[in-house]
Amino acid sequence: MSIVRRFGMGLLAPLTAVAAAMLITSIVISLSGSSAIEFWEIIFSRPADRVFVNIVNQTSLIYLAGLAAAIGFRMNLFNIGVEGQYTLASYAAASLAGAALFPGLLNVFMSLLLAVAVGAAWAGIAGVLKVTRGVSEVISTIMLNAIAITLVGYLLNRYGVKVGNGVRTEVIPDGSRVDGWFPFAEPDGPVWALGLLAVLGGIGFWVLLNKTRFGFDLRATGASQSAAVASGVNVNKMVVYSMLMSGGIAGLIWMPSLFGAAYSYGTTFQAFLGFTGIAVALLGRNQPVGILVGAVLFAFLNEQSNRLTLETDISANVVQITQGVIVLAVVVAYEVVRRYRTKLEQRSVTETLEADKTAKGKAVSA
Amino acid sequence: MSTTTATPQARMMRARKFSHAWLLITVLVIVALSAVRVITGVHEIDSTGTLRAAAIATCPILMAALGGLWSERAGVVNIGLEGQMILGTWGAAYFTYYYDPWIGVLGAALMGALGGLLHAVATVTFGVDHIVSGVAINIIGLGAAEFLAEAYFKNLEGGGVKQLTGLASPTEMTIPGVSDAAADIATQHWFVVSDLAAVVAALTSRLSLLTVLVPVLVVASAWILWRTAFGLRLRSCGENPAAAESLGVHVYRHKYIAVIVSGAMAGIGGGYLALVASSGFTTGQTGGRGFIGLAAMIFGNWRPGGIVGGSLMFGYTDSLTLRSTDAVHALLLLVGIGLAVYALWRLRQGRVASAGVLGAISVGFFAWFLLTDSVPREFTGMTPYVATLLVLAFAAQRLRMPAADGLRYRRGESI
Repeated sequence: MSIVRRFGMGLLAPLTAVAAAMLITSIVISLSGSSAIEFWEIIFSRPADRVFVNIVNQTSLIYLAGLAAAIGFRMNLFNIGVEGQYTLASYAAASLAGAALFPGLLNVFMSLLLAVAVGAAWAGIAGVLKVTRGVSEVISTIMLNAIAITLVGYLLNRYGVKVGNGVRTEVIPDGSRVDGWFPFAEPDGPVWALGLLAVLGGIGFWVLLNKTRFGFDLRATGASQSAAVASGVNVNKMVVYSMLMSGGIAGLIWMPSLFGAAYSYGTTFQAFLGFTGIAVALLGRNQPVGILVGAVLFAFLNEQSNRLTLETDISANVVQITQGVIVLAVVVAYEVVRRYRTKLEQRSVTETLEADKTAKGKAVSA
Repeated sequence: MSTTTATPQARMMRARKFSHAWLLITVLVIVALSAVRVITGVHEIDSTGTLRAAAIATCPILMAALGGLWSERAGVVNIGLEGQMILGTWGAAYFTYYYDPWIGVLGAALMGALGGLLHAVATVTFGVDHIVSGVAINIIGLGAAEFLAEAYFKNLEGGGVKQLTGLASPTEMTIPGVSDAAADIATQHWFVVSDLAAVVAALTSRLSLLTVLVPVLVVASAWILWRTAFGLRLRSCGENPAAAESLGVHVYRHKYIAVIVSGAMAGIGGGYLALVASSGFTTGQTGGRGFIGLAAMIFGNWRPGGIVGGSLMFGYTDSLTLRSTDAVHALLLLVGIGLAVYALWRLRQGRVASAGVLGAISVGFFAWFLLTDSVPREFTGMTPYVATLLVLAFAAQRLRMPAADGLRYRRGESI
């Protein structure tokens, strides 16, 4: 198969999926008596400067979440627990940064370190349970999610600062805030500096998977566990390490927002990013570039849909349907394309064989 | 008694022994609960009100777990239970508003079944990874319910963008005489007698017929799955689909039926939340109960009796969280006793190390009970999750899921 054709095939699946998602969303909107055209006009309008900044910022958070999920997925480890890991890690980091034990940027660095450690430790529990006790990571991470969220609720109520109706951690001192750059006017807000973590994460992820022995072992284990074992990979060790890494990255998910805008853990905490990350990782086939495309798409849809509430009678929640359908449609489309490709290959093999046979037949008769 | 010589008689014997074990455990739990109640003087831990709340909290979780059972017995992992449950809450609200609560229950089942159908199409026809499809269905279910609520409930009476309140409930029944008498005895605080009376009182006063339907569905499902030819075929798809196919079982069809029924069950669980557990629909009402149902099913070792036990544990602690904090404190003693009994049992089996660990944890609970006056509310909420983790950690080797659970199956392919 030529490169152009292969590339086309690779794009075919995601494009079909997006088209299917658009079609289904349009149908749902039309059925509820609203105008689908109006919906797409708003979604595809040029984002305002402020919205543009938000899209970039949200992309960095979602991308980190996607990377966290993808590390596990590459090894067939379903770390459903990204949500709990980053919730607990965000609380821990916000508490440490708020306590201001260290000066200035050292405070930021130590908090990030703590976030990574807490996220990794929480994911590590699931990893250790899997290799020592044979507990499925899917179910243990679901349990750990619930425990983490309850635990943070308790800690926040117990040690948090009461402000109005809400509770939050101590506010991070001025010297330890990392806002970022203002690409537009000041009121449009900054692109968070710690969003760079997402860039570093993406590059690190690619290097780790494609240029290191660890990455090779990880991919090998994901592709075929028995083959990996036969070639000397210690699968148990790999499971624990990749859970630790997955959790470590998960710990960083909310950090750009914490140091760039929220400055404390409280009502401003953005929940549900862990699940979004899982969806984005699946959408991007666990490849760094694919996840980026998915993250941009999700952030774009989320931010653009905010206008719907103000300007139309369409609920902004409809983009969640779009996102869910995209995830489902993408995996279905990949499967269909895969089957089609297998069929094509089979046909070409048969054709070659047939051609060989007739050629031989001619040679014999001649 | 090895498995190779399992004659029908031996199986009967084992079944009887098994049900005796369950009976014994139930009696032990009631006696322990009663003892704790008398010792601590905290009657809230099994008052009529608490038990009523516990029953109401158990039912949705049990329905989700039952949904999981149907699907996983046919070899399809259904993480999408949460999404199907959410769809059920909306369906129940919509159909109850325009028709009546029973049509509402059917509507909930229908919406859940739609979610199940989607999962079946993705996993069975297209061979998509079950977890991936489940995650997508959870996103779609959540988004769809919120979108549909805003689109259809906004302008209704009692409705809003995120809710529809003031819905009619399924018929409630009170058995006159029995209910009051039992409630009276329950308030006497006698050892064991009052506890049993509280159970009777909880089950005879203002009992929703939908609450009655839940155990009926559990028993019916157990009977269908384990006592009919159809059930045997369905379960064979979860154990060894290739072998089942070779014996003439239409594997795809059975998987489809199982997953659709699974969605319907989860949907009814969602409907229960909207119609019985609260007086209407609100978005985010399920609060992760679909996942809890999944945990209850694994906790219950993919068996009907087990999932009832698991759901009861989750439901009871769930209801206790919302009630008195004293009761939560008293619960520490109960957990301590439970662990101590388990440790003794392990010791009798000769598992000294495991018994030692359990004994130490149990002593820890006793100390916690004696040294403190109250337990933070949040910790009760955490109990079922921690308990599930511990059970999985200690007994994961004893759990046995269907052999081909979660695996992709294509007709005519070897993998």
